[in-house]
Amino acid sequence: MENRIVLESRHLCKQFRDPVIIDVLKDITLSVRQGDFVSISGKSGCGKSTLLYVLSTMDTDYSGELFIDGQLMRGRTEKQLAQVRNEKIGFVFQFHYLLNEFTVVENVMLPGLKLGTFSEAHVRTRAMDRLTMLGIEKLADKKANQLSGGEKQRVAIARALINDPLLLLCDEPTGNLDKANSLIVFSIFKELAEKHHQTLLVVTHDQEFAANSHRIITMEDGHVISNVKNTHSV
Amino acid sequence: MRLRLIFRIAQSLLMARWKQTLVAAIGVTFSITMFIALLSFMVGLNELLDNLILNRTPHVRLYNEIKASAHQPINSASEFQRGYHFIRSIKPNSNRQQLYNSIALQKVLQEDPRVKGIAARITAPVFFNDGVVDLTGVLNGIDIKNENALFHFNDYIVKGKSEDLAIVSNSIILGASLADKLQASVGDMVSVTTARGTRFPLKVAGIFQSGLQEMDKTMSYTSLATAQKVLGKSSDYMTDLQIRLHHLELAPELAREYALRFNTDAEDIQTSNAQFETGSFIRTLIAYSVGITLLIVAGFGIYNILNMMIYEKMDSIAILKATGFSGQDVNRIFIVIALSIGFFGGIVGLLLGFLLSVGIDHIPFHTASLPTITTYPVSYNPIFYSIASCFSIMTTYLSGWAPARKASRIDPVVIIRGK
Ligand SMILES: Nc1ncnc2c1ncn2[C@@H]1O[C@H](COP(=O)(O)OP(=O)(O)OP(=O)(O)O)[C@@H](O)[C@H]1O
Ligand SMILES: [Mg+2]
Repeated sequence: MENRIVLESRHLCKQFRDPVIIDVLKDITLSVRQGDFVSISGKSGCGKSTLLYVLSTMDTDYSGELFIDGQLMRGRTEKQLAQVRNEKIGFVFQFHYLLNEFTVVENVMLPGLKLGTFSEAHVRTRAMDRLTMLGIEKLADKKANQLSGGEKQRVAIARALINDPLLLLCDEPTGNLDKANSLIVFSIFKELAEKHHQTLLVVTHDQEFAANSHRIITMEDGHVISNVKNTHSV
Repeated sequence: MRLRLIFRIAQSLLMARWKQTLVAAIGVTFSITMFIALLSFMVGLNELLDNLILNRTPHVRLYNEIKASAHQPINSASEFQRGYHFIRSIKPNSNRQQLYNSIALQKVLQEDPRVKGIAARITAPVFFNDGVVDLTGVLNGIDIKNENALFHFNDYIVKGKSEDLAIVSNSIILGASLADKLQASVGDMVSVTTARGTRFPLKVAGIFQSGLQEMDKTMSYTSLATAQKVLGKSSDYMTDLQIRLHHLELAPELAREYALRFNTDAEDIQTSNAQFETGSFIRTLIAYSVGITLLIVAGFGIYNILNMMIYEKMDSIAILKATGFSGQDVNRIFIVIALSIGFFGGIVGLLLGFLLSVGIDHIPFHTASLPTITTYPVSYNPIFYSIASCFSIMTTYLSGWAPARKASRIDPVVIIRGK
């Protein structure tokens, strides 16, 4: 039995009109099922980040259809889309984007507090659980700007996981990290995929990382040129 | 819950830039303080000056002007009905300043519910004799009890007692400058000569100082009975009826009504002191415009700090939006920041403004023309405080509006791609 589809795009196209018209995304059709660990790779400038922003609902300037959790995203208000991101999508970017004025645990809690399903105390325990899972529970009460780069990225991952997102979207999550830290983050993603069956869509340049994913999508010049199951992964 | 989160984020952003925030808040505090102090002082001054006039001016004054009768014999002659009459050099038929039927008139007025009180008065031009020199002046016969109750006559007595007028017969109270010229002090005798030439010695019972030089130079007061005696008139003789109303605004209407009904002349306070209202109005206007200008300047301070904050916190705004905060939430965060600067700055400003006006209220202020005043006048009308609070919230809201809108429209994709 196949898992349900959590993310689906049909004939996605996107153009930049500034200063000349460039087609960045050309007829992209793909789907991600629950529990999938998908990596997207391709040359620099082929449109990976752009695709990720469209899939994340942050970029609404596209043509074609986008379904998240079976629901069409077109025609929704900015507020409704924010709600979808809050509830269903976790983000990890190359840069951590932590709020320096808040402590680590507060940073992790913010999207949970915004969602408002749980009491503040409960959101805090959930945040602590995720920090523990990522091995940084000791840093919980430090200010965000007192951490190392690798630690910050792990906090960002914990923040992305706070609302149990349907889908975790990552754009070169190890791009800013050194080898050792990259390995730690790799192993975290691996564990998320294998132990927690977290659905993952990761843009990466790292061949080793891609090799560990279940499915590899390769892009070139705005097209998806291959979308294959990775038989080498476990 | 939602609102609490917004407050918390707003607070953390404020704290991150607390020095600039403090400067912006001090701007608001300063302007509110000055607004309150300025208005309290200006209005205090206005009230003082108004009272100078209003307290002793009757709201409506009934009197008989000496003038030629409008009804001349030729008007009754039937053969000249159709012509136009030119009559030259008409003379008033008799010197009758007297209010007719004054006893009945007073009774009617006392029963009118709109009237707070009345005081009868006799005004007569007299000469004060000082050796060979005659000084022109005015002798006012007044009803001491009512005059004190309605027109605060007592406030202006600097020597002696006003009540003595009623007790000591043939006594007089002189204006300060007049007494100076006559070199008369309490207990001395002065002699007055009426227009008809009768001379009368009167004993000085007190000195008054009104603050209006013109009055102090010419006015003198005595009891109604003494005035009637000096003028050789009967005990129902009076020239003026001064009416004080419950509502000042009714004065013009009532003046018209009484003039018709009692067939006398009537003058209302609005007509007799029109120029005074204008002065008060302009002073208040200046106070308000200065205060509001200060507030607007403070508003620009808030606008600046918010803009700076937004540039600095682009990343934070981007990630908040990426993780599910809507544009509206971000907008609210910045509005809350603006309003809290306005709120806390404003509260401190109200307090300092109050303290400053108390301070002004204690600065000694002596002037010869205002004997009852010892410190600068200050008004503590709560209206100023509510206007100041409204304005501080309003200007901070307006100055936060544009930056908040800008923040809410930040496109997270642009920021995140830029990294
Ligand atoms: N705002 C924009 N206006 C015009 N062109 C843009 C804009 N943003 C991106 N592009 C162009 O779109 C193309 C795709 O960019 P994108 O960031 O998606 O590439 P990428 O695959 O993520 O590259 P990298 O691997 O280097 O991150 C690039 O050629 C880029 O120059
Ligand atoms: Mg990219």
